[in-house]
Amino acid sequence: MNQVSRRNFIKHTSGAGIALWLGISSRGIAAKTADLASAKNFTPFILVDSDNNITIFNIRPEMGQGTFQSVPAIIAEEFEVSLDQIRIKQTNGEKEFGPQQRAGGSASIRTGYDDLRKIGASAKAVFIAAACKKWDAKEDDCFASKGKIFHKPTNKSFTYGALVEEASAIEIPKQPKLKNPKDFTIIGKQKHRPDVPLKTNGTAEFGLDMKVSGMLYATIERCPIVGGTLKSFDSDEALKMPGVQKVVEVERIMGIYHSSGVAVIADSYWNATQARKKLKIEWDTKGYEKFNSKDFENYLRALAKEDGLLDKNIGDVNTINLSSQNIIEAFYETPMVAHHALEPMNCIAEVKDDKVEIWTSSQVNSTITGSGANDLHKFIGFSPENIKLHAAFVGGGFGRRLNIDYVIEAVNIAKQINKPVKLIWSREDTTQYGPYRPMTFSQLKGGMDDSGKLVMFQHKVISPSYSEAMRPGFDIKTVDGTMVEGIGEQAYEIPNLKTSYVRAEFHVPVAAWRSVTSSTLAFAHECFMDELAQKAGKDPLDFRLSLLTKDSDLKKVLLKLKEFSNWDEPLPKNKARGLAQWEFFAGLCAQVVEVTYHADRSIKIDKVYAVIDLGVAVNPDNVKNQIEGAIVMALGAATKPGITLKNGMVQQHNFYDNPLPRINEIPDIDIYILTGGERIKGVGEPGLPPFAPALANAIFSASGKRLRRLPFDLNNLDSGEL
Amino acid sequence: MITLTINQKNYEVDVNPDMPLLWVLRDVIGLVGTKYGCGVAQCGACVVHLNGEAVRSCVTKVKRAQGGKITTIEGLSEKNDHPLQKAWIELDVPQCGYCQSGQLMSAAVLLRENPDPSDEDIDAAMAGNICRCGTYLRIRKAIHLAADMQRKVNRT
Repeated sequence: MNQVSRRNFIKHTSGAGIALWLGISSRGIAAKTADLASAKNFTPFILVDSDNNITIFNIRPEMGQGTFQSVPAIIAEEFEVSLDQIRIKQTNGEKEFGPQQRAGGSASIRTGYDDLRKIGASAKAVFIAAACKKWDAKEDDCFASKGKIFHKPTNKSFTYGALVEEASAIEIPKQPKLKNPKDFTIIGKQKHRPDVPLKTNGTAEFGLDMKVSGMLYATIERCPIVGGTLKSFDSDEALKMPGVQKVVEVERIMGIYHSSGVAVIADSYWNATQARKKLKIEWDTKGYEKFNSKDFENYLRALAKEDGLLDKNIGDVNTINLSSQNIIEAFYETPMVAHHALEPMNCIAEVKDDKVEIWTSSQVNSTITGSGANDLHKFIGFSPENIKLHAAFVGGGFGRRLNIDYVIEAVNIAKQINKPVKLIWSREDTTQYGPYRPMTFSQLKGGMDDSGKLVMFQHKVISPSYSEAMRPGFDIKTVDGTMVEGIGEQAYEIPNLKTSYVRAEFHVPVAAWRSVTSSTLAFAHECFMDELAQKAGKDPLDFRLSLLTKDSDLKKVLLKLKEFSNWDEPLPKNKARGLAQWEFFAGLCAQVVEVTYHADRSIKIDKVYAVIDLGVAVNPDNVKNQIEGAIVMALGAATKPGITLKNGMVQQHNFYDNPLPRINEIPDIDIYILTGGERIKGVGEPGLPPFAPALANAIFSASGKRLRRLPFDLNNLDSGEL
Repeated sequence: MITLTINQKNYEVDVNPDMPLLWVLRDVIGLVGTKYGCGVAQCGACVVHLNGEAVRSCVTKVKRAQGGKITTIEGLSEKNDHPLQKAWIELDVPQCGYCQSGQLMSAAVLLRENPDPSDEDIDAAMAGNICRCGTYLRIRKAIHLAADMQRKVNRT
């Protein structure tokens, strides 16, 4: 986004006159300063200068989720400025903008909403007080609107810019008065996103588009046996290729995974890729060449016999006395999948003495520049204050860009040459070197009393551990909460509930994939709910509602979905519908999927109804765009081949053998946004988990075929493997 | 030296004639609106027009483009006012936006050849373009909207 250096930037935006920064202290209290450089424990969000330039900063990297606008919009609402009066600036991981310059966990609005409002409201109060001082007026006689303070009795007004000097001397209120939501003019209204025009004419700048004068290009050959590392290499032939400048060893570090590959550096990316083919490399494959994911599946199935670690235990699932004919068990399986952000991983790095400058697209800008224990500085040997980042629009994140392995690689290469270098992962690199969402297998057991009421439920998850992979030093004797995400916390009232986790050893890089483990656990959990409903002879929706006697967000959502999806209206003979919901850290969404079932055992998905519970929808149309996208992503993970390994190697290469959904495969999607709830919930991820189980439940309802393994083939329900 | 005509401007580039047009556009000429997504003609992020036809620049050798007329996203319209661009903005189609140059360039050929495409026509013409964010329903809607806009312009 072409940002100049911080010092220049501040000078530039401050103009000739004075400027006032308003934001929040590290203790969550509104704060302000006219001297940012010496401010301590202060995160700015608003800058107003005496030329009446109003800048609002978005600290969250923009990867399509819409925070570029929605974060500033919340501030603008309370600050009483319209969106066309402000300039939005994306931050670049600068120290003063704090450690929250990251996008993940559907967290930006759900965790930031209250503070962002407070910041805007405090800023407004400061300018009202400043105007009162100038007019010697009473605060009750003044109000803010469209970036001005008005004096009601005289109809005089000041722009915010004209009040900067006075405002600098006003004490900021600790508990400002917030607007009544019914008076909102920005939050909850449809808004066009300012990044959209840039994304229709090629001017939006992504990491891959950034350029530094004198820059070279790099591509890395990594061990084709996942988990293997470099033994030795011969670069003679590669160095003879056109444009090649150097061939160097480069280390990849991601969580607990360390390996080395060989980087070819050339005057163009294409020349680098041609020379890469000429490398002669000996790898240390460490025995991983014998690894097959088919064997790994059997290992997971065998692990299911172990008790594992206890997660949640309510009542006593063992002593409850149920008739054996009222108990059912099932085993569910899900595949590894790749993130496949369409912008491949890339990073430019330039090292000058003890300083490094980085240009990239990342979900974790403050991890690149921060001073935390797992931040970039730890892995590259530069002090945090000597790391400077230029952040770009992110061409898809989905969890992949929470990892900075590609940034570490680029810096490692840059250290070995005296020029800036742009590292690009090819699509094949992206497909073959991970990280991936791991397989999760689920063992389920449930039982009804004689009246058909669900009184016992057990869900055991068998899988590798994200926390072990990503957090070196994680204690594997404790439950990895990420791997049992949500399963012990569904709103269903079940008197005897047990959830547990069996950890599987795995050497292949894994990393959070949009909606993390909920993207697979919901499939097992909510399909099994349908199996229980069927066993009890009840309608799947009524069965769930019977477990929700108390008021809850889920109950509200299911009742709305029942009406919104016309659940009780009969469908033609060859059509059927299925239902699922999921509530987890990121939020709550429930969906109904309608399918057509053909005599040749194929399925067409006709329609998806989704109800999402949000508390507040900052930009309702953007919320819908996110849910639509989440459903498409879930469709791919449920019905397209995943990632498999044979003889240690990933068997997929590119979109031709690791396909993604295309436009001709997308069903109609209708979305209802429930607002007005007390808790602010997330948007980016909750649309994903309910889709696969709702689809599988619809397929069961249509065909009688119970699918317990992802992915499945919509063209032939009996094909088994995809 | 290879001579290229891109967005009605002439360029002389000194590159290997086998280099894909994509990398010539991006890394040699500096037109980075055209994106790299897969390198094997699977995702459509690199679609440009060569003599009016949609081609995947990642598999188009630059020598094939010599003497032809190339249009990239930067040349689709002068003021970001192609009906498709207006429709994309009106319906807030993009999320991350990375694939959208290619989507628009594919859609532009469709709309020129078929001013009133059905859903099926759109699906057939656009199935070569991947959007990982899943904005497909909006892309379809925006192409219909652009077709409407184009018809209104033509009537007046």
